[in-house]
Amino acid sequence: MSKMPMWADAILVPLISLFLAALLSALVILGIGENPIEAFQLMVDGALKRSAGWGYTLYYATNYIFTGLAVAVAFHARLFNIGGEGQAMIGGVGVALVCLYIPWPHWSLAIIGASAGAALFGAAWALIPAYLQAKRGSHIVITTIMFNYIAFSVLGYLLVEILRPAGAMDPASANFPEATHLPNFHDMFAPEGSRMFRGAPANVTFFLALAACVFVWLLIWRTRLGYDIRSFGLSETAAKYAGSSPLRITVIAMLISGALAGMMSVNTTLGESERLILNSTEGAGFVGIAVALMGRNHPIGILLAALLFGFLNQGGAELALWTNIPRELIVVIQALVILFTGALDNLVRMPLEALFLNLRKKKETV
Amino acid sequence: MDFLTVLQVLDSTVRLAIPLLLACLAGLYSERAGIFDIGLEGKMLAAAFFAGAIAAVSGNVWVGLLAGIGASLALSVVHGVASITFRGNQLISGVAINMLAAGVTVLIAQDWFKQGGRTPSLTEDGRFQPLEWPMAIGPKDAEETGQRLSELITEASIPQQIYSELLSGHSIIVYLAILAVPLSAWVLYGTRFGLRLRAVGENPASVDTAGISVVRLRYTAVLICGVLCGIAGAYLATALQAGFIKDMTAGRGFIALAALIFAKWRPWSALWACLLFGLLQAIAVRFQSIEVGDFVIPVQLMEALPYILTVVILAGFVGRAVPPRAGGEPYVKER
Repeated sequence: MSKMPMWADAILVPLISLFLAALLSALVILGIGENPIEAFQLMVDGALKRSAGWGYTLYYATNYIFTGLAVAVAFHARLFNIGGEGQAMIGGVGVALVCLYIPWPHWSLAIIGASAGAALFGAAWALIPAYLQAKRGSHIVITTIMFNYIAFSVLGYLLVEILRPAGAMDPASANFPEATHLPNFHDMFAPEGSRMFRGAPANVTFFLALAACVFVWLLIWRTRLGYDIRSFGLSETAAKYAGSSPLRITVIAMLISGALAGMMSVNTTLGESERLILNSTEGAGFVGIAVALMGRNHPIGILLAALLFGFLNQGGAELALWTNIPRELIVVIQALVILFTGALDNLVRMPLEALFLNLRKKKETV
Repeated sequence: MDFLTVLQVLDSTVRLAIPLLLACLAGLYSERAGIFDIGLEGKMLAAAFFAGAIAAVSGNVWVGLLAGIGASLALSVVHGVASITFRGNQLISGVAINMLAAGVTVLIAQDWFKQGGRTPSLTEDGRFQPLEWPMAIGPKDAEETGQRLSELITEASIPQQIYSELLSGHSIIVYLAILAVPLSAWVLYGTRFGLRLRAVGENPASVDTAGISVVRLRYTAVLICGVLCGIAGAYLATALQAGFIKDMTAGRGFIALAALIFAKWRPWSALWACLLFGLLQAIAVRFQSIEVGDFVIPVQLMEALPYILTVVILAGFVGRAVPPRAGGEPYVKER
């Protein structure tokens, strides 16, 4: 029995949830004595009216595409990978090792090597929780949370004790060699002498993220493995009956998920900071949860949701710059989106389903 | 390392274990009733802020405590509505609550106090003061004799040292939190309510069949969880430290969750688990690195140890941790 048309499920429900989150956020802004409409205009001005603003928006969106895809792939196998943050941190270690110890002749080769390093390290960090879930029944949510904290300690140890150049004070690795530096949007798109995208961190990794969207779409809906992952997510017993091994699906889905989360660090570590720093993930792993929920676990939805959250993040930074509203407003908005699209989904869905059911009944009686 | 140093480490172990213990017991009630709660962190944080803020404004720590409990309860209600009434995903709700608290506390702190997301430092009546036990050596003795407190304690006999340094001189919340352990054990295993609470976490249908409301029991458990998280947060801001600072829970909610698993969802074990994790924190605070022979244990390992231990326990290599069977699943009455 389908209660709602497809379009309502895919578009109407997220939009209403987003509207509710926006409404509450506006109330929050009112509550701290600012004007929500002015605040929104300031966000649009700062994030979308200037090319540099776009450069930041797309930079953040790149991170969120990777982490959103990571959460989505795991969701399709009904696994909640809350460990994107840790996987991205460890992915950064992979990027740093690849860039520091291999003399790359050109950035185009370096980005391939760095992606492989990031994916490998991120996947490795997801492997133990995946294995424990499949083999020993340890709840993957708890283990991935624990692995986030362990990752932070590992990263801290590596940066302070091992990767920090002699004499340096801050916990960070040495700068990557010149040859590995990725072209940013200013290098790529600005005409000679133009200031377009100047100083903004968006770089070629954005296109890598778009490629990842295509990859995930192909994987989930066009391959046998994707079919296995989805059927496992819908019914574990049915998947078992059909002959696919839960251990194999859980581990493979989490490896792909971890690899995608890890690849976020190509953008932050190689693309932006050009060295490994302590807090490059900035909570993007958690934003990925909001992005995946909002985007209904579909790459197109995730792309749009990532752009939205990129805009919010950059707009929030502008707000913090020009008004008394701290950047944390964005965290509140993200939390509300997660709450309404994730946990309170039925709050929107139940009345809508009733509405569509009523409409259909009327049609039948006429 | 002399005996007094050991005592001091144990003393700070108790201090650091208390917020873990309160949050752990909070999670215990919720999860025993079948509601997973990874939002302990957020509830503690919200409570810490409101306790710190209201104690600073009113100058009365008890009013602050009530405000902290209120804030934590409000988030508990959100969690309850999402996971019980609307049968949403309890884990996602927990994530949302953690982020909500992290954002809202800074937002309001900046609006009210304009100190970059912190509350003003609390003065005497705004904080929980240490309780001096009779005959214990405390700051008063130091004033009377004109000697420094540390000197007085060094000169005292060993039982007196233990008595004064370790047992006496904590705030009232510390003693209440420890009393909450036998109380919880009694509630859970000695009362009808506790029996029903455990049953609703294992097999809600059976509770329903017996004519007891599953929804009501689960809301009660979630609200108890809110109260305990509220006290834990208030303790952070008004007893352990003098005011709220941004992100001051620093993962304690998750360590409490780890302790809960470590303790296999049992009150007495929760006490030992929290003391163990408190000890690890106390050692990490006091010693930057520990040398064992030629090998130096890095401070990062001490920080990560609670999490690593939890993963090992979860993996079931050292005694298997089995969560309440109906945990995380919304209850749907058959129609």
